Amino acid sequence: MREIQRKIFAWFDHRTGLETAIRNFLYEEIPGSSGWHQVLGSVAVFLFLVQAFTGILLAFNYAPTPGDAYNSLKYIVTEVTGGRLIHGLHHWGASMMIVVVVLHMTQVFLFGAYKKPREATWMVGVVLLLLTLAYGLTGYLLPWDNRAYWGTVVTTQIASRVPLLGAYLSRFLGTDGSVGVVTFARFYGLHVLILPQLTTFLIIFHIYLVRKHGVAPTPGDIGPTKKFFPEQMVKDVVAIFAAFVILYLMALFVDVPLGRLADPTDLSYVPRPDWYFLFLFQTLKFFEGALEPVGSVLLPSLGVLALFLTPFMDRRKVMRLTQRTTALGVAALAVIGWGALTLAAMKTTPAAPEQQAGNLQQAADWNQFSPAELAGLGYFRQEKCLACHNLTEGLPKVGPNLATAAEHKNAAWMIKHFKNPNQVVPGSNMPPILLSDAKLNALASFLLKLTPENANDVASAPDNLVHGAQIYETQGCGNCHMVNGAGAKLGPPLNGLSQRRDQAWVEKHFANPAALSPGSIMPPAQLSTADMQAIVDYLFSLPGA
Amino acid sequence: MEKSSETTPGEPTPSRRGFGYAVIYGLGALIGAALAIPAALYLFLPPKTRKQQSWVEAGDLSQIPPGTPQEMTFRRIHADGWKIYSEKGTAWVVKNPDGKVMAFAPACTHLGCAYHWDADKSEFLCPCHGSTFGIDGTVLSGPAPRPLDRFEIKVENARLWLGPVHQAGETSS
Repeated sequence: MREIQRKIFAWFDHRTGLETAIRNFLYEEIPGSSGWHQVLGSVAVFLFLVQAFTGILLAFNYAPTPGDAYNSLKYIVTEVTGGRLIHGLHHWGASMMIVVVVLHMTQVFLFGAYKKPREATWMVGVVLLLLTLAYGLTGYLLPWDNRAYWGTVVTTQIASRVPLLGAYLSRFLGTDGSVGVVTFARFYGLHVLILPQLTTFLIIFHIYLVRKHGVAPTPGDIGPTKKFFPEQMVKDVVAIFAAFVILYLMALFVDVPLGRLADPTDLSYVPRPDWYFLFLFQTLKFFEGALEPVGSVLLPSLGVLALFLTPFMDRRKVMRLTQRTTALGVAALAVIGWGALTLAAMKTTPAAPEQQAGNLQQAADWNQFSPAELAGLGYFRQEKCLACHNLTEGLPKVGPNLATAAEHKNAAWMIKHFKNPNQVVPGSNMPPILLSDAKLNALASFLLKLTPENANDVASAPDNLVHGAQIYETQGCGNCHMVNGAGAKLGPPLNGLSQRRDQAWVEKHFANPAALSPGSIMPPAQLSTADMQAIVDYLFSLPGA
Repeated sequence: MEKSSETTPGEPTPSRRGFGYAVIYGLGALIGAALAIPAALYLFLPPKTRKQQSWVEAGDLSQIPPGTPQEMTFRRIHADGWKIYSEKGTAWVVKNPDGKVMAFAPACTHLGCAYHWDADKSEFLCPCHGSTFGIDGTVLSGPAPRPLDRFEIKVENARLWLGPVHQAGETSS
């Protein structure tokens, strides 16, 4: 058996030379001083492979257009088995890759391993760092949530202001005018068609250069060499495994932020870049007006150029760190500068508005709605919106689920849409809603209040109270009174009314306000018995002041 | 490869090397499995099923002449991946003279082509590979492996409602 196996291998090697090639690769002579400090390059290559693997898997279920990207990503994360893990690995792997690549460069810098004859290896490495960042930049847009959209608006605006080249860059990125379908296609194309090929080629070239010049020895190492396999490879594999465990745990236990669907009309959104670009974000703040390109283009370009030309700026032969105080100082300054800028950016940036919104929404169940919002729920029920729309999970319907944050638009858009659905959403089958503007307004304000968290609760709001809120609205009570913070203060606020008055008093007061409250300017209201009951029930259901 | 390495000179002691192999292959296998298993589940397991619409109203039964199959079209909700469509569906509906109603799924049981009713020969004919079916859905000729699939049906006030499709012989649930 072993004999047959040996023969097969021998035949294969004779025809392809692969076995010999792999053996030569694994049994490379490396300096005796090689060790744990040199594992980072291997870890970076491994993380790149994980990104490629998970990226391909994501692409199998992901629709790269603004119309579908967000929904297909949600589908991956919530419905496809293992989708959340795969997406998590890809997302956190991107951050981890940047950390590892930067650590790898720092190690090479501190050990002086970029010096002659390894200048080209270093320069290819700098290009690989830039490619890693380019992945981050292009991948940032692909979830097509608010974070992605607004983040990309800012980065593409920066690109468009590059002196001389701005207009061309803008056109290349498909952002002539605004971030839209063309931008999306360009970013996706770069992310999955251009960058991976380029990176693969440069990684191979980088490793070829490492082999050509040999692994850089630690300063002062003139001892005997050793083999890469298995001793150094064990260290590499252990480091890779450690990185992988951290990445895996993050993918399993840390949720990837996915905000609301990208909304170009959401003016409340404060865009911020991913953590590794925060230092640039902060740098921008120091340069205003005509000086802006200094912060957005000139300084970053000079930084990259300096990094690229490091081997030529430091041509001395000394390797030992203790004799390279300038280099050490530069590295320390870079770390301190980066850290300070990032920290400053984190401190001065307001909390993400979506988190704030999330906290507010938790408290906003229906009895905290304003009368208009609750009345809107009534119109929602009257118009049988539920025939075509869902508020909660359930049987899919023709229209979109109105509670998912994804569908949130502003009130003006909604009212236009109610009046003429087909004009606002081409192809919509929705019939126009024939209600007065005031009622459409109420309906819109209700929908704006709706979230996936309160949808269940809202569905349980009793009909008579909702009807009471509608009467409250049509009678114009809010012109003088305040309920749940909405309305005017001409009359007394009505929250907590049930603690002050009983039903008989309120009913009599409606019929003849001045009789019970001398000097009151409130006009008497003529209400049917049912309407009277509904509005009293509604007012008495209000939470206390 | 590792087999031939035993002859390579200048290596660490065999026991240390054995340990090295164990670490490399062991951890490598762990990483491989941790990636390959979720990937396989991701690709081969069906996604969490969304609730599909179970019953759709197909139309008015009184319009259907007894003994002649009619193609009825209706709109239904269809969830496909991350998209939900309102799509047109069809069924071949047969009302027997005794009032018994059957509704056949519109795809030939051979390879899924759309078949039609051939009034001259009083049989369903699939134009793709020439399968023919009787008015009760049984195979008369051709490569079709089983009778036409049937919708589960219910009738309310002369309106026909269609439920899930079953293969002939399957018990309806």
